[in-house]
Amino acid sequence: MHIVDGALSNPVVIGGAIAAAGGIAMGLKSLDLDRIPTAGVLSASFFVASLIHVPIGPSSVHLILNGLAGLLLGWAAFPALFVGLLLQAVFFGFGGLTVLGINTVNIALPAVLTWIIFGRLIAKGTPVQGAVWGGIGGAFSIAATTAFVAVSLALSGDEFLPAAKLVLFAHVPVMAVEAVLTGFAILLARQVKPELFYKGASA
Amino acid sequence: MAHALEPQAKTLAETGPGASFGVIQGLDPRMRIVVASVFSIVTVSLSTIPGLIAALAVSIGVLLMSRLPIRRTLKRMAMMDSFIIFMLVLLPFTTPGDAMFNLFGFPASWQGLWKATEIALTANAVILSLMVLVGTMEPVTLGHALHKLRCPEALVHLLMFTIRYIEVLREEYMRLRAAMKVRGFRPGTNWHTYRSFGYLVGMMLVRAIERSERILAAMKCRGFSGRLLLLQEFNLTLRDYVFAATLCIVCIGLLCLDFA
Repeated sequence: MHIVDGALSNPVVIGGAIAAAGGIAMGLKSLDLDRIPTAGVLSASFFVASLIHVPIGPSSVHLILNGLAGLLLGWAAFPALFVGLLLQAVFFGFGGLTVLGINTVNIALPAVLTWIIFGRLIAKGTPVQGAVWGGIGGAFSIAATTAFVAVSLALSGDEFLPAAKLVLFAHVPVMAVEAVLTGFAILLARQVKPELFYKGASA
Repeated sequence: MAHALEPQAKTLAETGPGASFGVIQGLDPRMRIVVASVFSIVTVSLSTIPGLIAALAVSIGVLLMSRLPIRRTLKRMAMMDSFIIFMLVLLPFTTPGDAMFNLFGFPASWQGLWKATEIALTANAVILSLMVLVGTMEPVTLGHALHKLRCPEALVHLLMFTIRYIEVLREEYMRLRAAMKVRGFRPGTNWHTYRSFGYLVGMMLVRAIERSERILAAMKCRGFSGRLLLLQEFNLTLRDYVFAATLCIVCIGLLCLDFA
Protein backbone atom coordinates (compact mmCIF):
# COMPACT_ATOMS: atom_id res chain seq x y z
CA MET A 1 0.00 0.00 0.00
CA HIS A 2 2.96 2.32 0.49
CA ILE A 3 3.91 4.41 -2.49
CA VAL A 4 7.65 5.10 -2.65
CA ASP A 5 9.61 8.23 -3.48
CA GLY A 6 10.09 8.99 -7.13
CA ALA A 7 7.03 7.18 -8.47
CA LEU A 8 4.56 10.05 -8.38
CA SER A 9 4.53 13.32 -10.27
CA ASN A 10 5.27 16.54 -8.38
CA PRO A 11 1.70 17.95 -8.40
CA VAL A 12 0.38 14.73 -6.82
CA VAL A 13 3.10 14.73 -4.15
CA ILE A 14 2.61 18.41 -3.30
CA GLY A 15 -1.19 18.15 -3.36
CA GLY A 16 -0.98 15.14 -1.07
CA ALA A 17 1.28 16.98 1.36
CA ILE A 18 -1.10 19.95 1.54
CA ALA A 19 -4.15 17.73 2.02
CA ALA A 20 -2.35 15.73 4.71
CA ALA A 21 -1.38 18.93 6.55
CA GLY A 22 -5.03 20.01 6.47
CA GLY A 23 -6.24 16.65 7.76
CA ILE A 24 -3.62 16.56 10.51
CA ALA A 25 -4.59 20.09 11.57
CA MET A 26 -8.25 19.01 11.74
CA GLY A 27 -7.27 15.98 13.79
CA LEU A 28 -5.07 17.94 16.21
CA LYS A 29 -7.89 20.40 16.80
CA SER A 30 -10.07 17.56 18.05
CA LEU A 31 -7.32 16.37 20.40
CA ASP A 32 -7.60 18.15 23.70
CA LEU A 33 -5.39 17.25 26.63
CA ASP A 34 -7.70 14.50 27.84
CA ARG A 35 -7.79 12.72 24.51
CA ILE A 36 -4.06 12.73 23.74
CA PRO A 37 -3.22 9.61 25.80
CA THR A 38 -6.14 7.69 24.24
CA ALA A 39 -5.14 8.70 20.72
CA GLY A 40 -1.48 7.90 21.43
CA VAL A 41 -2.14 4.45 22.85
CA LEU A 42 -4.57 3.65 20.03
CA SER A 43 -2.05 4.87 17.49
CA ALA A 44 0.49 2.46 19.00
CA SER A 45 -2.02 -0.41 18.97
CA PHE A 46 -2.79 0.11 15.31
CA PHE A 47 0.95 0.11 14.67
CA VAL A 48 1.23 -3.25 16.43
CA ALA A 49 -1.92 -4.58 14.72
CA SER A 50 -0.38 -3.81 11.34
CA LEU A 51 2.34 -6.36 12.18
CA ILE A 52 -0.20 -9.18 12.52
CA HIS A 53 -0.09 -11.49 9.55
CA VAL A 54 -3.34 -13.24 8.78
CA PRO A 55 -3.15 -16.38 6.63
CA ILE A 56 -5.20 -16.37 3.46
CA GLY A 57 -4.83 -19.42 1.24
CA PRO A 58 -1.17 -20.19 0.64
CA SER A 59 -0.12 -16.60 1.42
CA SER A 60 -0.76 -14.12 4.20
CA VAL A 61 -1.69 -10.46 4.42
CA HIS A 62 -0.82 -7.94 7.07
CA LEU A 63 -3.61 -5.91 8.58
CA ILE A 64 -4.13 -2.20 7.92
CA LEU A 65 -7.30 -1.67 9.98
CA ASN A 66 -7.59 1.98 8.99
CA GLY A 67 -11.40 1.69 9.04
CA LEU A 68 -11.33 0.58 12.66
CA ALA A 69 -8.86 3.39 13.46
CA GLY A 70 -11.27 5.89 11.94
CA LEU A 71 -14.25 4.48 13.84
CA LEU A 72 -12.40 4.83 17.14
CA LEU A 73 -10.52 8.08 16.53
CA GLY A 74 -12.55 10.18 14.09
CA TRP A 75 -10.48 13.03 12.66
CA ALA A 76 -7.71 12.17 15.10
CA ALA A 77 -7.04 9.15 12.85
CA PHE A 78 -5.18 11.57 10.55
CA PRO A 79 -2.35 12.50 12.95
CA ALA A 80 -2.37 9.00 14.47
CA LEU A 81 -1.87 7.23 11.15
CA PHE A 82 0.62 9.90 10.05
CA VAL A 83 2.74 9.16 13.11
CA GLY A 84 2.60 5.45 12.28
CA LEU A 85 3.73 6.06 8.71
CA LEU A 86 6.49 8.41 9.85
CA LEU A 87 7.87 5.84 12.26
CA GLN A 88 7.67 3.12 9.61
CA ALA A 89 9.57 5.24 7.11
CA VAL A 90 12.26 6.38 9.54
CA PHE A 91 12.91 3.20 11.48
CA PHE A 92 11.80 0.40 9.13
CA GLY A 93 12.47 1.97 5.76
CA PHE A 94 8.94 1.41 4.41
CA GLY A 95 7.50 4.09 2.16
CA GLY A 96 9.38 7.35 1.76
CA LEU A 97 9.80 10.89 2.99
CA THR A 98 8.45 13.15 0.26
CA VAL A 99 5.48 10.81 -0.27
CA LEU A 100 4.58 10.83 3.42
CA GLY A 101 1.79 13.34 2.75
CA ILE A 102 0.08 11.44 -0.05
CA ASN A 103 0.47 8.12 1.80
CA THR A 104 -1.15 9.67 4.88
CA VAL A 105 -4.08 10.95 2.83
CA ASN A 106 -4.53 7.58 1.09
CA ILE A 107 -4.80 5.76 4.40
CA ALA A 108 -6.30 8.35 6.77
CA LEU A 109 -8.93 9.96 4.55
CA PRO A 110 -10.77 6.63 4.04
CA ALA A 111 -10.57 6.16 7.82
CA VAL A 112 -12.29 9.51 8.39
CA LEU A 113 -14.85 8.79 5.66
CA THR A 114 -15.61 5.44 7.30
CA TRP A 115 -16.16 7.24 10.58
CA ILE A 116 -18.47 9.81 9.00
CA ILE A 117 -20.55 7.18 7.18
CA PHE A 118 -20.56 4.27 9.63
CA GLY A 119 -19.66 5.93 12.96
CA ARG A 120 -23.27 6.23 14.15
CA LEU A 121 -24.43 2.95 12.66
CA ILE A 122 -22.01 0.75 14.62
CA ALA A 123 -23.22 2.19 17.93
CA LYS A 124 -26.90 1.50 17.17
CA GLY A 125 -28.98 -1.67 17.47
CA THR A 126 -27.71 -4.99 18.76
CA PRO A 127 -23.98 -5.70 18.94
CA VAL A 128 -24.32 -8.03 15.95
CA GLN A 129 -25.93 -5.30 13.85
CA GLY A 130 -23.15 -2.93 14.88
CA ALA A 131 -20.57 -5.55 13.95
CA VAL A 132 -22.08 -6.04 10.49
CA TRP A 133 -21.93 -2.28 9.84
CA GLY A 134 -18.39 -2.27 11.17
CA GLY A 135 -17.47 -5.06 8.77
CA ILE A 136 -18.92 -3.13 5.85
CA GLY A 137 -17.01 -0.07 7.06
CA GLY A 138 -13.79 -2.08 7.27
CA ALA A 139 -14.18 -3.28 3.68
CA PHE A 140 -15.15 0.21 2.54
CA SER A 141 -12.04 1.83 3.99
CA ILE A 142 -9.71 -0.67 2.30
CA ALA A 143 -11.59 -0.25 -0.98
CA ALA A 144 -11.29 3.53 -0.67
CA THR A 145 -7.59 3.33 0.20
CA THR A 146 -6.92 1.10 -2.80
CA ALA A 147 -8.92 3.42 -5.02
CA PHE A 148 -6.98 6.45 -3.72
CA VAL A 149 -3.66 4.68 -4.35
CA ALA A 150 -4.83 3.79 -7.84
CA VAL A 151 -5.92 7.39 -8.50
CA SER A 152 -2.64 8.85 -7.26
CA LEU A 153 -0.76 6.45 -9.55
CA ALA A 154 -3.06 7.13 -12.49
CA LEU A 155 -2.75 10.92 -12.04
CA SER A 156 1.02 10.58 -12.26
CA GLY A 157 1.02 8.93 -15.67
CA ASP A 158 -0.91 6.58 -17.94
CA GLU A 159 1.83 3.97 -17.80
CA PHE A 160 0.84 3.28 -14.18
CA LEU A 161 -2.76 2.44 -15.07
CA PRO A 162 -2.27 -1.34 -15.40
CA ALA A 163 -0.33 -1.39 -12.13
CA ALA A 164 -3.11 0.63 -10.49
CA LYS A 165 -5.75 -1.85 -11.71
CA LEU A 166 -3.64 -4.74 -10.46
CA VAL A 167 -3.39 -3.12 -7.02
CA LEU A 168 -7.17 -2.84 -6.99
CA PHE A 169 -7.73 -6.52 -7.80
CA ALA A 170 -4.97 -7.77 -5.53
CA HIS A 171 -6.70 -6.13 -2.59
CA VAL A 172 -10.10 -7.81 -2.93
CA PRO A 173 -9.10 -10.64 -0.53
CA VAL A 174 -7.57 -8.07 1.84
CA MET A 175 -10.92 -6.27 1.87
CA ALA A 176 -12.71 -9.47 2.86
CA VAL A 177 -10.23 -10.26 5.64
CA GLU A 178 -10.35 -6.71 7.01
CA ALA A 179 -14.14 -6.69 6.89
CA VAL A 180 -14.44 -9.90 8.92
CA LEU A 181 -11.80 -8.86 11.43
CA THR A 182 -13.18 -5.35 11.88
CA GLY A 183 -16.64 -6.82 12.36
CA PHE A 184 -15.52 -9.25 15.06
CA ALA A 185 -13.37 -6.61 16.76
CA ILE A 186 -16.40 -4.32 17.00
CA LEU A 187 -18.62 -7.19 18.15
CA LEU A 188 -16.23 -7.86 21.02
CA ALA A 189 -15.83 -4.18 21.88
CA ARG A 190 -19.61 -3.65 21.84
CA GLN A 191 -20.08 -6.54 24.26
CA VAL A 192 -17.13 -5.84 26.56
CA LYS A 193 -17.13 -2.06 26.60
CA PRO A 194 -20.31 -0.75 24.99
CA GLU A 195 -19.76 2.88 26.02
CA LEU A 196 -16.67 3.04 23.79
CA PHE A 197 -18.48 3.90 20.58
CA TYR A 198 -21.08 6.22 22.04
CA LYS A 199 -18.29 8.41 23.28
CA GLY A 200 -16.28 8.03 20.09
CA ALA A 201 -19.20 8.95 17.84
CA SER A 202 -19.81 12.25 19.58
CA ALA A 203 -16.18 13.34 19.83
CA MET B 1 12.18 -0.02 17.34
CA ALA B 2 13.43 -2.27 14.62
CA HIS B 3 12.78 -5.19 16.97
CA ALA B 4 9.26 -5.41 15.61
CA LEU B 5 10.75 -6.94 12.50
CA GLU B 6 13.70 -8.75 14.04
CA PRO B 7 12.79 -10.12 17.45
CA GLN B 8 16.38 -10.87 18.41
CA ALA B 9 17.62 -7.34 17.71
CA LYS B 10 17.86 -4.84 20.51
CA THR B 11 15.32 -2.07 20.36
CA LEU B 12 16.44 1.34 19.23
CA ALA B 13 14.85 2.83 22.30
CA GLU B 14 17.23 0.80 24.42
CA THR B 15 20.44 1.64 22.62
CA GLY B 16 21.02 4.89 24.47
CA PRO B 17 24.28 6.75 24.42
CA GLY B 18 26.31 3.55 24.41
CA ALA B 19 25.63 2.83 20.75
CA SER B 20 28.00 4.44 18.33
CA PHE B 21 26.98 5.59 14.89
CA GLY B 22 30.31 7.09 13.94
CA VAL B 23 30.34 10.61 12.58
CA ILE B 24 26.54 10.77 12.47
CA GLN B 25 26.14 10.19 16.19
CA GLY B 26 27.57 13.53 17.32
CA LEU B 27 25.55 15.67 14.93
CA ASP B 28 22.62 17.79 16.03
CA PRO B 29 19.34 15.85 15.54
CA ARG B 30 17.54 18.91 14.20
CA MET B 31 20.20 19.37 11.57
CA ARG B 32 20.02 15.69 10.62
CA ILE B 33 16.27 15.95 10.02
CA VAL B 34 16.63 19.10 7.91
CA VAL B 35 19.53 17.70 5.90
CA ALA B 36 17.68 14.43 5.26
CA SER B 37 14.63 16.39 4.05
CA VAL B 38 16.68 18.62 1.76
CA PHE B 39 18.54 15.63 0.35
CA SER B 40 15.34 13.69 -0.35
CA ILE B 41 13.66 16.65 -2.06
CA VAL B 42 16.75 17.15 -4.23
CA THR B 43 16.89 13.43 -5.03
CA VAL B 44 13.23 13.29 -6.01
CA SER B 45 13.73 16.25 -8.33
CA LEU B 46 16.60 14.53 -10.17
CA SER B 47 15.57 13.03 -13.48
CA THR B 48 18.64 11.46 -15.08
CA ILE B 49 20.07 8.03 -14.35
CA PRO B 50 23.66 9.29 -13.71
CA GLY B 51 22.33 11.90 -11.28
CA LEU B 52 20.30 9.29 -9.42
CA ILE B 53 23.20 6.83 -9.29
CA ALA B 54 25.30 9.63 -7.78
CA ALA B 55 22.54 10.30 -5.23
CA LEU B 56 22.42 6.63 -4.25
CA ALA B 57 26.23 6.70 -3.97
CA VAL B 58 25.94 9.66 -1.57
CA SER B 59 23.43 7.72 0.53
CA ILE B 60 25.73 4.71 0.64
CA GLY B 61 28.60 7.04 1.56
CA VAL B 62 26.59 8.37 4.51
CA LEU B 63 25.77 4.79 5.48
CA LEU B 64 29.48 3.91 5.54
CA MET B 65 30.18 6.99 7.67
CA SER B 66 27.53 5.95 10.17
CA ARG B 67 29.03 2.55 11.06
CA LEU B 68 25.57 1.02 10.98
CA PRO B 69 25.56 -2.73 10.34
CA ILE B 70 25.75 -2.50 6.56
CA ARG B 71 24.23 -5.85 5.67
CA ARG B 72 21.24 -5.44 7.93
CA THR B 73 20.52 -1.93 6.74
CA LEU B 74 20.76 -2.91 3.09
CA LYS B 75 18.58 -5.94 3.78
CA ARG B 76 15.90 -3.70 5.23
CA MET B 77 16.17 -1.46 2.20
CA ALA B 78 15.77 -4.52 -0.04
CA MET B 79 12.64 -5.42 1.89
CA MET B 80 11.03 -2.22 0.65
CA ASP B 81 12.13 -3.11 -2.88
CA SER B 82 10.22 -6.38 -2.68
CA PHE B 83 7.06 -4.29 -2.24
CA ILE B 84 7.58 -2.23 -5.36
CA ILE B 85 9.20 -4.88 -7.58
CA PHE B 86 5.77 -5.73 -9.00
CA MET B 87 5.17 -2.26 -10.29
CA LEU B 88 8.72 -1.94 -11.59
CA VAL B 89 8.49 -5.20 -13.55
CA LEU B 90 5.21 -4.06 -15.09
CA LEU B 91 6.44 -0.63 -16.16
CA PRO B 92 8.47 -1.66 -19.25
CA PHE B 93 5.39 -3.42 -20.60
CA THR B 94 3.01 -0.54 -19.99
CA THR B 95 5.14 2.39 -21.15
CA PRO B 96 4.95 3.03 -24.88
CA GLY B 97 8.28 3.43 -26.67
CA ASP B 98 11.06 1.65 -28.52
CA ALA B 99 10.67 -2.10 -28.22
CA MET B 100 13.36 -3.88 -26.22
CA PHE B 101 12.03 -7.45 -26.53
CA ASN B 102 8.73 -9.29 -26.68
CA LEU B 103 7.41 -11.46 -23.88
CA PHE B 104 4.41 -13.62 -24.83
CA GLY B 105 3.54 -11.01 -27.42
CA PHE B 106 3.81 -8.05 -25.03
CA PRO B 107 6.48 -5.57 -26.08
CA ALA B 108 8.78 -4.20 -23.37
CA SER B 109 10.07 -0.69 -23.99
CA TRP B 110 13.42 0.87 -23.12
CA GLN B 111 11.63 3.98 -21.88
CA GLY B 112 9.70 1.90 -19.38
CA LEU B 113 12.85 0.18 -18.19
CA TRP B 114 14.56 3.54 -17.60
CA LYS B 115 11.51 4.85 -15.77
CA ALA B 116 11.48 1.78 -13.52
CA THR B 117 15.23 2.16 -12.86
CA GLU B 118 14.74 5.83 -11.99
CA ILE B 119 12.02 5.02 -9.46
CA ALA B 120 14.05 2.24 -7.87
CA LEU B 121 17.15 4.46 -7.55
CA THR B 122 15.19 7.41 -6.13
CA ALA B 123 13.28 5.32 -3.62
CA ASN B 124 16.38 3.55 -2.37
CA ALA B 125 18.54 6.69 -2.16
CA VAL B 126 15.91 8.56 -0.13
CA ILE B 127 14.99 5.75 2.24
CA LEU B 128 18.63 4.87 2.88
CA SER B 129 19.61 8.43 3.75
CA LEU B 130 16.52 8.73 5.94
CA MET B 131 17.28 5.54 7.83
CA VAL B 132 20.91 6.54 8.36
CA LEU B 133 20.42 10.21 9.26
CA VAL B 134 17.12 10.06 11.18
CA GLY B 135 16.63 6.36 11.94
CA THR B 136 19.80 6.23 14.04
CA MET B 137 18.31 8.67 16.55
CA GLU B 138 16.66 7.49 19.67
CA PRO B 139 12.92 7.74 18.93
CA VAL B 140 12.43 10.11 21.87
CA THR B 141 15.17 12.39 20.53
CA LEU B 142 13.31 12.46 17.23
CA GLY B 143 10.24 13.75 19.07
CA HIS B 144 12.21 16.45 20.87
CA ALA B 145 13.99 17.51 17.69
CA LEU B 146 10.68 17.78 15.82
CA HIS B 147 9.34 19.90 18.67
CA LYS B 148 12.35 22.23 18.38
CA LEU B 149 11.66 22.44 14.66
CA ARG B 150 8.25 23.92 15.50
CA CYS B 151 6.09 20.85 14.98
CA PRO B 152 2.69 21.25 16.69
CA GLU B 153 2.94 20.22 20.33
CA ALA B 154 -0.04 17.86 20.17
CA LEU B 155 1.52 16.00 17.25
CA VAL B 156 4.79 15.57 19.13
CA HIS B 157 2.85 14.31 22.16
CA LEU B 158 1.09 11.80 19.94
CA LEU B 159 4.44 10.68 18.49
CA MET B 160 5.96 10.26 21.94
CA PHE B 161 2.98 8.27 23.21
CA THR B 162 3.08 6.04 20.16
CA ILE B 163 6.81 5.42 20.57
CA ARG B 164 6.39 4.72 24.26
CA TYR B 165 3.51 2.29 23.93
CA ILE B 166 4.41 0.34 20.78
CA GLU B 167 6.71 -1.87 22.81
CA VAL B 168 4.22 -2.27 25.69
CA LEU B 169 1.39 -3.21 23.36
CA ARG B 170 3.55 -5.52 21.31
CA GLU B 171 4.37 -7.44 24.48
CA GLU B 172 0.66 -7.61 25.27
CA TYR B 173 0.00 -8.90 21.77
CA MET B 174 2.68 -11.58 22.19
CA ARG B 175 1.13 -12.60 25.51
CA LEU B 176 -2.32 -12.94 23.96
CA ARG B 177 -0.87 -14.94 21.07
CA ALA B 178 0.94 -17.21 23.51
CA ALA B 179 -2.33 -17.73 25.40
CA MET B 180 -4.02 -18.66 22.13
CA LYS B 181 -1.20 -21.03 21.24
CA VAL B 182 -1.33 -22.99 24.49
CA ARG B 183 -5.02 -23.50 23.82
CA GLY B 184 -4.17 -25.13 20.52
CA PHE B 185 -4.85 -22.24 18.13
CA ARG B 186 -3.23 -22.66 14.76
CA PRO B 187 -3.93 -19.96 12.16
CA GLY B 188 -5.28 -21.09 8.82
CA THR B 189 -7.69 -19.90 6.15
CA ASN B 190 -10.94 -20.48 8.01
CA TRP B 191 -13.72 -18.69 9.81
CA HIS B 192 -12.43 -19.72 13.23
CA THR B 193 -9.05 -18.05 12.57
CA TYR B 194 -10.59 -14.82 11.37
CA ARG B 195 -12.98 -14.69 14.30
CA SER B 196 -10.15 -15.32 16.76
CA PHE B 197 -7.96 -12.63 15.19
CA GLY B 198 -10.89 -10.22 15.20
CA TYR B 199 -11.48 -10.84 18.91
CA LEU B 200 -7.73 -10.50 19.47
CA VAL B 201 -7.67 -7.07 17.84
CA GLY B 202 -10.84 -6.02 19.66
CA MET B 203 -9.41 -7.15 22.99
CA MET B 204 -6.17 -5.26 22.34
CA LEU B 205 -8.10 -2.08 21.59
CA VAL B 206 -10.35 -2.36 24.63
CA ARG B 207 -7.34 -2.94 26.85
CA ALA B 208 -5.47 -0.07 25.16
CA ILE B 209 -8.32 2.33 25.92
CA GLU B 210 -8.55 1.20 29.51
CA ARG B 211 -4.79 1.58 29.81
CA SER B 212 -4.99 5.10 28.39
CA GLU B 213 -7.57 6.03 31.04
CA ARG B 214 -5.15 4.92 33.74
CA ILE B 215 -2.32 6.84 32.07
CA LEU B 216 -4.42 9.99 31.94
CA ALA B 217 -5.33 9.66 35.60
CA ALA B 218 -1.66 9.18 36.51
CA MET B 219 -0.63 12.16 34.42
CA LYS B 220 -3.30 14.40 35.92
CA CYS B 221 -2.23 13.30 39.38
CA ARG B 222 1.24 14.62 38.58
CA GLY B 223 -0.06 17.91 37.27
CA PHE B 224 0.35 17.36 33.54
CA SER B 225 -0.47 20.58 31.75
CA GLY B 226 0.23 19.66 28.14
CA ARG B 227 3.68 21.20 28.00
CA LEU B 228 6.67 19.25 26.76
CA LEU B 229 9.53 19.22 29.19
CA LEU B 230 12.72 18.76 27.24
CA LEU B 231 15.40 16.76 28.89
CA GLN B 232 18.11 17.57 26.41
CA GLU B 233 19.34 20.82 24.93
CA PHE B 234 20.53 20.77 21.34
CA ASN B 235 23.50 22.82 20.29
CA LEU B 236 24.70 23.48 16.79
CA THR B 237 28.47 23.08 16.69
CA LEU B 238 31.06 23.70 14.01
CA ARG B 239 30.84 20.03 12.98
CA ASP B 240 27.13 20.41 12.31
CA TYR B 241 27.73 23.43 10.08
CA VAL B 242 30.52 21.63 8.23
CA PHE B 243 28.35 18.55 7.67
CA ALA B 244 25.34 20.61 6.56
CA ALA B 245 27.46 22.72 4.21
CA THR B 246 29.10 19.61 2.73
CA LEU B 247 25.75 17.99 2.03
CA CYS B 248 24.38 21.20 0.54
CA ILE B 249 27.36 21.35 -1.82
CA VAL B 250 26.80 17.69 -2.68
CA CYS B 251 23.13 18.45 -3.40
CA ILE B 252 24.06 21.37 -5.67
CA GLY B 253 26.57 19.08 -7.37
CA LEU B 254 23.83 16.49 -7.93
CA LEU B 255 21.56 19.12 -9.47
CA CYS B 256 24.37 20.35 -11.76
CA LEU B 257 25.15 16.77 -12.82
CA ASP B 258 21.47 16.29 -13.55
CA PHE B 259 21.08 19.40 -15.72
CA ALA B 260 24.38 18.95 -17.52
